[in-house]
Amino acid sequence: MSRALLKVENLSVDFGPVSNPIRVLNDVSFSVGRGQAVGLVGESGSGKSITSLSILRLVPEPPGHIAAGRVEFDGCDLLKLPRNKMPEIRGRDIAMIFQEPMSSLNPVMAIGDQIGEAIKLHRALDSSRRRERVIELLKLVGMPDPVSRLGSYPHQFSGGMRQRVMIAMALACDPKLLIADEPTTALDVTIQAQVLELMKKIRSEVNSSILLISHDLGVIADICDRVVVMYAGRVVEDGDVKSIFRTPKHPYTQGLLQAVPRLADDRERLYQIAGSVPAAGSIKQGCPFFARCSLRQNRCQEQMPPMFQFGSEHSAACWVTAEEEVS
Amino acid sequence: MTALPSTRLTSAPDSRTLFVIKTVFLGNPVTMVAALVIFIFICVAILAPLIAPYDPLAQSYLTINIYPSAEHWLGTDQFGRDVLSRLIYGSRNSLIFGITAPFLAAIIGTTLGVTAGYFGGLVDRLVTRLIDLLLAFPELLLAIIIMAALGGGFWNIIVVLTIAFVPGFARVARASTLAVKQEPYVEAAISVGVRTPTIIIRHIVPNIAAPIVVLMTLWVASAIRLEAALSFLGIGTRPPHPSWGNIIRDGLNNIFGSPWPIIGAGLAITVVVLSFNLIGDAVRDVLDPEGGE
Repeated sequence: MSRALLKVENLSVDFGPVSNPIRVLNDVSFSVGRGQAVGLVGESGSGKSITSLSILRLVPEPPGHIAAGRVEFDGCDLLKLPRNKMPEIRGRDIAMIFQEPMSSLNPVMAIGDQIGEAIKLHRALDSSRRRERVIELLKLVGMPDPVSRLGSYPHQFSGGMRQRVMIAMALACDPKLLIADEPTTALDVTIQAQVLELMKKIRSEVNSSILLISHDLGVIADICDRVVVMYAGRVVEDGDVKSIFRTPKHPYTQGLLQAVPRLADDRERLYQIAGSVPAAGSIKQGCPFFARCSLRQNRCQEQMPPMFQFGSEHSAACWVTAEEEVS
Repeated sequence: MTALPSTRLTSAPDSRTLFVIKTVFLGNPVTMVAALVIFIFICVAILAPLIAPYDPLAQSYLTINIYPSAEHWLGTDQFGRDVLSRLIYGSRNSLIFGITAPFLAAIIGTTLGVTAGYFGGLVDRLVTRLIDLLLAFPELLLAIIIMAALGGGFWNIIVVLTIAFVPGFARVARASTLAVKQEPYVEAAISVGVRTPTIIIRHIVPNIAAPIVVLMTLWVASAIRLEAALSFLGIGTRPPHPSWGNIIRDGLNNIFGSPWPIIGAGLAITVVVLSFNLIGDAVRDVLDPEGGE
């Protein structure tokens, strides 16, 4: 694998007052290779969105505060860049697609202008060339009749179409990395499938790396090469799609996979992981998954397990499965 | 206004402004009348020298305290000045102050409010305190205080009215900015690299424009009232120049000689203020989707 495009190392993010901060991201490390699609999975509240926002330094400060770590993008630590350099990176090198297509577009701006704005910021194109580029982008995302839609306003589009506009906006300057924060969550199932097809097409045509955040394992399996599983602000498992889905090592990942409904299944009730995600900052020591874990041992409560390697591309933070592997 | 939501969805976007204007003015017969009244009032103010039958300042011993007649439609006052002509010229003052002051206040207040709301922190605290300080005084009292310090005169009246209205705009702009700032589209714009000034001008301000415009329309009426009140108290427009406020004041000393100045000016103020308020309400109903229906 060539050198990683994005390398997040030991990222920690605090929220709340400086005197008594609550750690919402703890020592998060993972990387995204060039042209790779990486999925970031976890329940609500596991820190997926904060991770993605931290990469672009969009975490609201205050109350947020990036406490430690590095976000190395293309060899440059984004967290060390002066604040006024960030707008140059955003949109040009790293672009983001948000969760709510219904409200992620400015209601009083025509979509052509909104996509054009992103181009204008980073490319020196005159207005007619910009217009051509906008039309080209709308075609790429599968907008029917793009020329006549340039002057349309967001309220004239359905959720799926708005998401396409959002994607066009994100792709405006051929970003090297596209962060998609649950791009399909708010959409109908059929539209979800279309947007996923679109994401795959983007991968092959635009050749961007993708960081896909989702709690839908099916979506991740469909698109991604690697999966990073997060729980309570920590990375608990990291590996290529095959190993994660065939031989999950962390009991949390195992639980997540068991909870996925299957067509050929005649269980009446779906599997569920007992309990819920602990409140941020409530776990002071030991494994954050301890309270809900089926394999827990005394040791887990006392010491946070490090990431153990299971094969070259696969690692997980669990004492128990790591010991089984050795023995 | 039951047809409103569907019409809004289907109407072509570039005609939205036109659509708002149409709905405001043609939606309701009462509003139409109000709009007509204001249109006539504006025409009268602009064409005052052409349509006023007499010089509003010309005095004459021969025509003191005349009742309405064919020569003097609204009679004359104790100096023999034609009341109708004075009302016509007085409308110019009301119009200029009534429109300029809310407009200037909207610009200044919105700038302050958006800055405070968007940046928060120390700026926000300073602006909010300033607004609270100004809001602590009733508009008229504040106006009297400033007039006492600055003295009368055209620009001073504008300054006074503007200062009296700034805090209201700033407060609304700040509150709306706080709400709009949280919208995902603002975050989305930041995430494609839009810088702060552009965010404010292109993404925040257009989205908070509706309540500001509503406030502006409603306060035109207040500004007219306030100018009349100041002139009535003798610290607004100075005699002998006519203003509806000082026409009433002059008339008060001579109420048994000729009640016509008071009746005429009082009616003019009532009708115009009422019309502006009705239009303000109509604009609010159209622009504020949650308020009306």
